[in-house]
Amino acid sequence: MAVSFYRHCFYCDMKFGVIVFPGTWSDRDCYYALYDVLGQGVNYIWHKETQLSNYDCIILPGGFSYGDYLRVGAIARFCPIMMAVERFAYDGGLVIGICNGFQILCEAGLLPGVLLPSSHLQYRCQWVNLRVESNYSLFTSKCKKGQVLKIPISHYEGNYYADEATLEGMEASGQIVFRYSTPSGEITEEANPNGSLHNIAGIVNREGNVLGMMPHPERACEPLLGSVDGNLIWESIIEYLQRNSG
Amino acid sequence: MNISKETLDKVALSEKEYHLIVQQLGREPSEVELGMFGSLWSEHCGYKHSKPLLKLLPSRGKHVVVELGEENAGAVDIGDGQVVVMKMESHNHPSAIEPYQGAATGVGGIVRDVFTMGARPIALLNSLRFGPLTEARNRYLFNGVVGGIAGYGNCLGIPNIGGEVVFAPCYSANPLVNALCLGIAKKDKLVRAKASGAGNLLMLVGADTGRDGIYGASGLASRTFEAEQELRPTVQVGNPFLEKLLMEACLELAQTDWIEGMQDLGAAGLTSAAVESVAKGGGGVELDVLKVPRREGGMTPYEIMLSESQERMLLIVKKGYEDRVKSLLDRWELNSDIIGQVTDSGLAVVKEGEEIVARASVNLLVSPPLYWRRAKKPAWLKRLQSWDARTIPELAPKQCNSTLLRLLASPNIASKDWVYRQYDHQVMANSVVLPGSDAAVLRIKGTKKGISLTTDGNGRYCYLDPYLGGAIVVAEAARNLVCSGAEPLAITDCLNFGNPERDDVYYQLKECIRGIARACRELRIPVISGNVSLYNETKGEAIYPTPVVGMAGIIGDINRYCTMSFKAEGDVVFLLGNPLMAADSYQLTAINGLGGSEYLELVHGLVEGRPSINLDLERRVQRCCIEAIKQGLVKSAHDCSEGGLAVAVAESCVAGNIGFKGEDWKVVGRLDSTFFGEHQSRIVVSISLDSVSELNKIAKRWQIPLTWLGEVGGKRLAIEGYIDLSLAEIGRTWQDGLKDKY
Repeated sequence: MAVSFYRHCFYCDMKFGVIVFPGTWSDRDCYYALYDVLGQGVNYIWHKETQLSNYDCIILPGGFSYGDYLRVGAIARFCPIMMAVERFAYDGGLVIGICNGFQILCEAGLLPGVLLPSSHLQYRCQWVNLRVESNYSLFTSKCKKGQVLKIPISHYEGNYYADEATLEGMEASGQIVFRYSTPSGEITEEANPNGSLHNIAGIVNREGNVLGMMPHPERACEPLLGSVDGNLIWESIIEYLQRNSG
Repeated sequence: MNISKETLDKVALSEKEYHLIVQQLGREPSEVELGMFGSLWSEHCGYKHSKPLLKLLPSRGKHVVVELGEENAGAVDIGDGQVVVMKMESHNHPSAIEPYQGAATGVGGIVRDVFTMGARPIALLNSLRFGPLTEARNRYLFNGVVGGIAGYGNCLGIPNIGGEVVFAPCYSANPLVNALCLGIAKKDKLVRAKASGAGNLLMLVGADTGRDGIYGASGLASRTFEAEQELRPTVQVGNPFLEKLLMEACLELAQTDWIEGMQDLGAAGLTSAAVESVAKGGGGVELDVLKVPRREGGMTPYEIMLSESQERMLLIVKKGYEDRVKSLLDRWELNSDIIGQVTDSGLAVVKEGEEIVARASVNLLVSPPLYWRRAKKPAWLKRLQSWDARTIPELAPKQCNSTLLRLLASPNIASKDWVYRQYDHQVMANSVVLPGSDAAVLRIKGTKKGISLTTDGNGRYCYLDPYLGGAIVVAEAARNLVCSGAEPLAITDCLNFGNPERDDVYYQLKECIRGIARACRELRIPVISGNVSLYNETKGEAIYPTPVVGMAGIIGDINRYCTMSFKAEGDVVFLLGNPLMAADSYQLTAINGLGGSEYLELVHGLVEGRPSINLDLERRVQRCCIEAIKQGLVKSAHDCSEGGLAVAVAESCVAGNIGFKGEDWKVVGRLDSTFFGEHQSRIVVSISLDSVSELNKIAKRWQIPLTWLGEVGGKRLAIEGYIDLSLAEIGRTWQDGLKDKY
C-alpha cells in the first residue's frame, strides 16, 4: 500500500494544481501520486476557473475531455482555465500535460506538433519502456541520460507528428525528452507502440518549462503497481521547485 | 376483446396474460398501459420464468448487506466501514444486432447500476462468447464488441481488468456479452432505489429521450434472433462522456442528504425506473410525459414511457431540496427536469398534460404471473453422456508435443492480450495483477486489503451436464480467486439460456441453477446479484446453457497476493488435489477428465461425455491452497482448467518466462487423460525447496493429495519421455493463437 514516506520528511510542501475538465479521469490518480505517495500539496482546479495563483506546477491530466468526440483536446483548449494556463506558462510556470493533457497542450499551441490516431488504429494500454534522452530538462534531472523508465501508456491518439523542420529544430535543441525504446534502450520500430515519429513519447517546449508526455507517470509510483519510475519525474520537479523557492 | 395477436406479440404478452390484465383492471388497457405491462412483465424485468428457480440460490451470508433482487446491485461488507457493490448483466441481444453500440451500452448500463447505489465503480470485467473467427460475421461481431467495450469503458476511466473470451459454434450469430461492474462505497452512504414520501419529486437527469431502444425489454430480450436484424435501428447509442458526468454528479449527490433515492433508466426506460422504485417505497407515482425533454418531435406518450435512451437517471428528490440538487447538476452541465412526484395512492398515473394516458396499480404492474414448468431430462442428453473414452484412440508419447502446441494455439486457451490491451486496465492506479492471470487483483486505497475478481463460465460442461456444469462454474471461479490469495466473498451471475418455453431448455435452466446453488452452499459463497438472458437462439438452435459467474474475493494483506507465473530456478512444483490417474479408472467417462474437454473437441471433434466434480474435495483443495498462500509458502498458484495439466504448467512457464522440468511421472493411465484431461479440483503450485515439509503438513491436515511434478528452471518445458519444447516456441504459439485465427 501507499506509504507517505516523504510527507513531512525532507521535502517542504509544494503546491500542485490538477486541472479537471469534464471527462478528465487521471485527475484522481495524479492527486493520489502527489499527495498520498509523495506528500505534496495538491488542489483540483475546475475548468471554469480563470485564475491560477499560488501554484508551483500545473498538471493537465489524462482522460477524454468533452468526450474527445471532435479532435482530441480541441474543445478543452478553449476552456476558461486554459487562458490562465497559457499565462502561467508564458510567465515561466511549470506545466505538465499527460496523455489527454499533452494533446490539449498541443492544441493550445503551448507545445509543437499534434497527436494522431495510432498507426494500428487501436486503443492501447500496456507497459512501455521510455529512454530518457536528456537529463538537462528540469523534468528529468533525477534520471540518468539513457536511463530506461518503465511506465504505462493508455491511449488511442498518441502518434506524435510534426513537420520535418520542426522535428529537426526540436532534436537540435534537445526538446525530445522521452522516446519509446526496448528494455535495453534501443530505439526500434517494434518498441514504438503507436507509430510516433522518431519514437517520440514526451517533449518540452523551447523554454523547457512545459512538458507533454503520452505515458502515465502517475501510474508508476508504487512497487505494488509494478514500477516506481514515474517518481523520478515528480521528484525532478519537486527538487527544481525547492531549489528555486528559497 | 378486440386485441390482435400482432399487437400482443409486439409487447410480448400472451393472450392469457392479456386476459389477466383485463380482469385485474376491470377494463381493457390503454395503449400506454399495454406497453407498460408488456415490458414490466417481460422476462427481462419481471423474471416470470426464472424467478421461482432463482429462489433456489443462497442469497444470505454474514457479510451480505444488500441481497439478491433487493436493489440494482448486491452489496457485501468488506470491513473498515466499506462495502463492495457488484453486478453482472447481459447485453447479448443488442450486441448481436449492432455489436459496437450493443456492447458499449451494456457497459454503460452496468456502470449505472453500481453508481446508482452511491458506489464508485472501480472495476469492469467482461465475459464474452462468439462463434469461430473463421466466419466473417463472427469476426465482425468480435471486433465490434471489443471495440464497443473499449470505447465506452476507456472514456469513463474505470479499469477493465479482465474476464474471459470463449469461442464455440453455438454462439455464431448469437454472441454473449456479459459485463460486470464492481464499485466501492461507504456502508452508511449506500443509496437505495426507493421512491417514498408523498410529495417528493421525480427528477429526470441526463440525456434527452429519443425513440431508441423502444421494445428493448419486451422485444429484443424476449425474442429469438432471426426476427432481430430489422430491429437494428432500435439499438441504443451510447454517450460515455455524458455517462462520466452523470457518474460524477450522482456520486456527489450520494454524499448529500438531499435525495431519497436514485434509479437509473435501463430496460423499459422510464416505465420500470418510476414504477419499480415506487413499488419498493410502497407508494404511488404521478408523472407528465410532456415534462420529459425529448430529442425529437412528435413522440407519443407510449414512446416516451418505453424509450431506452441511454445515460438517464431518475432522482427522487426530497421536497424543498430541488434547487440545491439542480445547481449541483448544472455545475456538471447536466440537464434536469422535474417530471412528477411520489404519491400515496398506490397507483402509477401517467399524464400527457392534463389528460391521463395510463393509470394502473403499481402492485399489479410489478407482479407478473410466474411460470413453474416441469423439467424433464431430454433423451439426447443421455446419449451424449454415455460416451465411452475407448471409442477414441489413445495418444502416443510422440504426439504429446504437437498436441500441447495445438491446444495452446486454440483461441479458447491462447493469450487474449489482443483484447485486453485495448482496454485501459490501469486507470485509478489500483491494478496489482493485470488481465490474463487466474484472477485480477486490485488494492483498496487507504487499507491493507485487496480485491480479487474473476468471471467464469463453461457452456460445454453445462451442455453435457447442466447440474455438475453449474457447480463446476462456481468451483472454478472460487479456485481462480483462491489462486490469487483471496477468500471468495460473493457471486453475481448472468444466466444465458435459450427459450425457456422449450422443455429441454427449461431443464437446463433449472439444473444449472440447482448446480450453482449446491456449489455455493458447499463453498459458502452467497449470490448477491445477477440477471437472466433467455431466448438466446438462432433458427431454433439454442446456445449452450451458459451460466456465467462473476466472483469477488478479498485479500486481507495485499502484499500476500499470488500469481500464476513460475518465479525462480530451483523452485519445486506440486499438484494440489486430484492426483494423476490410476491405471484401472481411466476408461470411466466420469473421471477421466476427457468428457467435455477442450482436447476432445479440438482433436477429436467431439462434444460428448460429461465432466465431474467432488465438491468436498474441491473445498478442501481451496482451503489448503489459501492457507499455504497466507503463510507465505506459495510462490505461484495456477488453476488447472481448459486444456488440463500440461496447459496449466505451460502457462505458468510462459507467464514467468522460465522453464519447467518434470521427471519420473508415473503415467499409468491414458496419456490424453493425464496431460489434457480436465479433472477438477487441481491447482499447480510452486514453492521453494525449504517449504516442502510445511506444505506437506497443510495438505495432510486438509487430507488432500499432493503430487510432486518437477522443478522450475531452464528455458524449456520438459516432461521426461513425453514433452520437450522450448519456452520460446510455447510462448509464441500461445501469444499468436488468437492472432493467427483472426
